[in-house]
Amino acid sequence: MVDESLLRTLTPDVIGVLVRRGADFAAAEDAVQDALVEAVRVWPGDRPRDPKGWLITVAWRKFLDTVRAETSRRDREARVEEEPPPEPGEARDDTLDLYFLCAHPSLTPASAVALTLRAVGGLTTRQIAQAYLVPEATMAQRISRAKRTVADVRLNRPGDVATVLRVLYLVFNEGYSGDVDLSAEAIRLTRRLAAGTGDEEAAGLLALMLLHHARRAARTTPDGGLVPLTEQDRGLWDTRLITEGVEVLQTALARDRLGEFQAQAAIAALHADAPTAEETDWVQIVEWYDELVRLTDSPVARLNRAVAVGEADGPRAGLAALAGLDPALPRHTAAAAYLSERAGDPATAARLYAQAARAAPNLPERDHLTRQAARLNARLKEGQAAGGAKNSSGRPSGSLNDTPEP
Amino acid sequence: MAKYLLLKHYRGGPAPVSEVPMDQWAPEDVAAHMRFMEDFADRLVKTGEFVDSQAVSEKGTFVRSDGEGRPPVTDGPFAETKDLIAGWMVIDVDGYDRALEVAAELSAAPGAGGAPLQEWLEIRPIMWTYQNTTD
Repeated sequence: MVDESLLRTLTPDVIGVLVRRGADFAAAEDAVQDALVEAVRVWPGDRPRDPKGWLITVAWRKFLDTVRAETSRRDREARVEEEPPPEPGEARDDTLDLYFLCAHPSLTPASAVALTLRAVGGLTTRQIAQAYLVPEATMAQRISRAKRTVADVRLNRPGDVATVLRVLYLVFNEGYSGDVDLSAEAIRLTRRLAAGTGDEEAAGLLALMLLHHARRAARTTPDGGLVPLTEQDRGLWDTRLITEGVEVLQTALARDRLGEFQAQAAIAALHADAPTAEETDWVQIVEWYDELVRLTDSPVARLNRAVAVGEADGPRAGLAALAGLDPALPRHTAAAAYLSERAGDPATAARLYAQAARAAPNLPERDHLTRQAARLNARLKEGQAAGGAKNSSGRPSGSLNDTPEP
Repeated sequence: MAKYLLLKHYRGGPAPVSEVPMDQWAPEDVAAHMRFMEDFADRLVKTGEFVDSQAVSEKGTFVRSDGEGRPPVTDGPFAETKDLIAGWMVIDVDGYDRALEVAAELSAAPGAGGAPLQEWLEIRPIMWTYQNTTD
């Protein structure tokens, strides 16, 4: 068996070496992909003692073959030396340059994601295509266009960490379909970025990912239904990931350079800290949402803040906070439904849940909202049948707005 | 990154801009139209946005279960249904604006006399089926 995670870890390093030797990024990236394919073929029978050295040698040879084929076709003299030039000292981490290149602002988000997963993540085009449910030919073209777009970008200067973080967060939020766990992949890449840059927001994003990932097993029922945060079986949360996430976050916060990912991670950490949903420190969570609103001025953060206010100060306060926001915001109706039920108005809540279900952007969310509407309508009918005698059901189901969307 | 369905209706959309049916076009106009449709899909592969494209036959039948152990019940085909789907294209683009742009290009496929058809296309966001990772 070939250790695929080792190959993926080595991918950006080997691209970096080829680029330092004079290959352009696009050709280096192709050559390394070819070398990876060869590794998967050859290594099971004959595993090299120095996997990185092997990959560099093979990738460089592939690169030279391509250059020779091209130069002879154009009937020109080979520009590239047979022997690699001596490498300059490895003072800089080439891999970080690749992160910046693959998240370059000239790329669309979809292209940046695809290029990052291939060149930094070492995934094959087929794996990326499967993960994003598009044909392999389409993904291949998306990647080669992205490479052409960044062809003239110099690969030796740091860019804006924030653009890289946005790309990695997109990858994380894709979850998993196909045979690659994109959330785990995003965590791996963010971990390396955070270590390499020492950036507080990179650490904040890493903490946020770890804390969300820790809840994954509790987030869905066996048949794929959504379980809101307040109803999750906290015994299923991964305490090892929570501990690591909290540690990473605390180290970042101690440096006093707050950013939106650290604020979001702080909210996730407060949820992780509560032994039961009832013991959640909503007052502190509202304070963090205030920070988040101050940092981002994002309407989505305001919406989530309104739901948190509903928990901290009661549903009427939550509804009042919600009233000031644009009703067209995603999940606005779902939040209003949740708060209406808590405020003792199941008829309005049922109507709003049904309305929210029709506007839901994805199937698990739509199904969850439909179930809430059905639950309330059944209760309302029951109440009518019993002459409206008593409130038959327990607490309302949790809101989906406990954590911010990207 | 969002997938959209571009639906082409034979009937059921707003009033068409061009009323000339395809079988009344000059043969070279028909050929040009078909070539455009093929090239269009190829172009979307090259931009990394193509997912799927299918045309469906007009001969549709309605079918439903009639209970366990009984053969399914069928109805139709109906000669004059109100809404009739001709085919679709699925694209994976960066957002709604780009989806509109792609749809408008497709709508401008050449028609009779080589003039852009400007036919109505219906655009529908495709729901994600996976569980994303935030609660």
